[in-house]
Amino acid sequence: MDHQPPKPTRVYYFGTCLVDLFFPDAGMAGIELLQSQGLTVVFPQGQSCCGQPAYNSGYRADALKVARAQLDLFPGDDPIVVPSGSCAGMMKKHWPDLFRGEPDEAKAVQVAARVWELTQFLVHVLDVRLTDQGEPVRVTWHASCHAQREMGVVEEPKALLRQLANVELVELKREKECCGFGGTFAIRHPEISAAMVGDKVADIEGTGAARVVSGDCGCLLNITGALEAGAKAARGQHIAQFLKERIHGR
Amino acid sequence: MDGNAPDFAAASRAALADPQLRGNFRRAMDGLMSKRAAQFADAGEWHAVRALAASVRLRALSKLPELLEKLEENCTRNGITVHWAATTEEANGIALDILHRVDARLVVKGKSMVTEEMHLNAVLEKNGIEVLESDLGEYIVQLDGTMPSHIIMPAIHLNTKQIAHLFKRKIKDAESREDAAYLTDLARRVLRAKFQAADVGMSGVNAAVAETGTLCLIENEGNGRMCTTVPPVHIAFMGLEKVVEKLEDVPPVISLLPRSATGQPITTYVNMISGPRKDGEKDGPREVHLIILDNGRSSIYADPELRDTLRCIRCGACMNHCPVYTKVGGHAYEAPYPGPIGKILVPQIEGLDKRGAMPHACTMCNACVEICPVKIPIVEIMGRLRVEAVKPGGAVKDGGAKASRAEAMVWSGWAAMNASPTAYRVATLAMSKLGNAAPSSLPMLKEWTNVRTKPRFAGRTLHDLARAKGVPDV
Repeated sequence: MDHQPPKPTRVYYFGTCLVDLFFPDAGMAGIELLQSQGLTVVFPQGQSCCGQPAYNSGYRADALKVARAQLDLFPGDDPIVVPSGSCAGMMKKHWPDLFRGEPDEAKAVQVAARVWELTQFLVHVLDVRLTDQGEPVRVTWHASCHAQREMGVVEEPKALLRQLANVELVELKREKECCGFGGTFAIRHPEISAAMVGDKVADIEGTGAARVVSGDCGCLLNITGALEAGAKAARGQHIAQFLKERIHGR
Repeated sequence: MDGNAPDFAAASRAALADPQLRGNFRRAMDGLMSKRAAQFADAGEWHAVRALAASVRLRALSKLPELLEKLEENCTRNGITVHWAATTEEANGIALDILHRVDARLVVKGKSMVTEEMHLNAVLEKNGIEVLESDLGEYIVQLDGTMPSHIIMPAIHLNTKQIAHLFKRKIKDAESREDAAYLTDLARRVLRAKFQAADVGMSGVNAAVAETGTLCLIENEGNGRMCTTVPPVHIAFMGLEKVVEKLEDVPPVISLLPRSATGQPITTYVNMISGPRKDGEKDGPREVHLIILDNGRSSIYADPELRDTLRCIRCGACMNHCPVYTKVGGHAYEAPYPGPIGKILVPQIEGLDKRGAMPHACTMCNACVEICPVKIPIVEIMGRLRVEAVKPGGAVKDGGAKASRAEAMVWSGWAAMNASPTAYRVATLAMSKLGNAAPSSLPMLKEWTNVRTKPRFAGRTLHDLARAKGVPDV
């Protein structure tokens, strides 16, 4: 980050549709982590999805319709925190393109500029200090492609994990390599996606980690699904939920 | 266009079922990625040289028509005959005319992806002209009767053992030895005789300098130099985007290209070709021809967003870093240009009817964008092509060819659900409560559950949890 913004007292939370349906506890953990730092967290109940599925499938008008339905939920200047690098990337990087030339372009650009990925916000804005209450455990970190390459989130989550005294972080050999989710890619090219997640699972196994922690639910659906189907010992977890459990000692 | 559109899904399934192939690619690409990373260990230097190379390409494209005219003028002054070809058929015809005029029987070729795009070898063979690829990888692929699987390392899909078997089968008196030095020496002996006997040498062009009329060709084996200096006639092929403005634009390109491609600081040979043999000179070809191919490039150029496709310097680094390419290899694409650059270039050249599936063979992970030495926004162009594929009447050939009423309805329904808070609440509630009852045999779930457990709906949404825990809504 170029500069450390002043600590806000109030933030918006954009939960994302995958969190909503599959990982609501992780979403709630993210809210509670922010609350534990003394922030007021606002969760606009009108929110749904950032529009990425249609955007990446070539249906931009449908993506625009959905993105537009989110725009008025975040009035003012408070930061918008998103527990997903991919959805945050869609909002921050692609909304300005999606709304280009539209009457509400200026509003979209204003909203996009306020978007933060959760771990990025915890590290750069809140400068959190975590105290580990959990049992010793070995974990590894799965970096989502969009967190890394659209949001520039590479070291932040690992820095948070390293704050935890009883957590041993063993990095993946191919941390930067895609897990093969890719939204509709996993359905359009199931065999290639399977080969990719197969390599990812092997890499995770190689670390001997009991848990693979990630900040993106698409990757988590893919990786945990493959770990379970392969009867592997490691389990996947969203970083918000992992951090919350560690600081609460369970 | 032939009616048989390549089937990437089927071809990639076959590739994935070949453990030897997967192992060859994984090993080779891992090696190339780490070699490249070692070349750019200094992030500051990487950003600086990358910005410079990108600016060279951008500047060249910004005045492309003018630079091409200047290139023709200066090449002509240097004694290089310039030919323009709108299509691959025209380019093949021009080459054949030259070959017939000089009564050529044997052609030796250095690596040229444009001639792969033209299927030139097949055309020459059909006309009774023997053509021999002289780049070792291309030679191997030609012997094997296949096509390059990588634009820089054409035979990267094969290991030493497989090449030893191939040579034993195809080369007279070859011993069965899995020894790279022996195999290289064997190929060298075969090729050396052909260089001396060839009537015409052919090559590609890495950069053509407008202000001097110079053709720059980089290579590692010296075969490029042989092809362009030993036979009496040299024919060079280039796509019209390969021009750069000035001589000083060449170093950033030829430094970044091998560093990105193979992790070498520079190639073994850097050829600067500035015309045929002059009076009193002892060597060099009598005639030098440059065939400049359009084949759809001027249409790509006409669209300001798609134009960035033409920045490419053909280093192949995007392939080395693509998680899809490294799993399935280059042949699965059944295209002259595989991998990320192929997925954006080939559909624009050949049309979205035949190649509309290519832009979807991508997870949009952006690994290619991160390492592209000339900063091509590959994934943004991929996204644009996905739009063009379902939108009739756009800027790309056969736009709208993949439009499907059923798919459009699905997305329209999805948008309606996600654009209305009430509809969204009802839908997510229903999915949360009932979704887990969906059978794994449903079309999309079936693909998913081949190697994964079924995603489990949580039962309560985050909306519910937040409301229950009193998280404020405004």
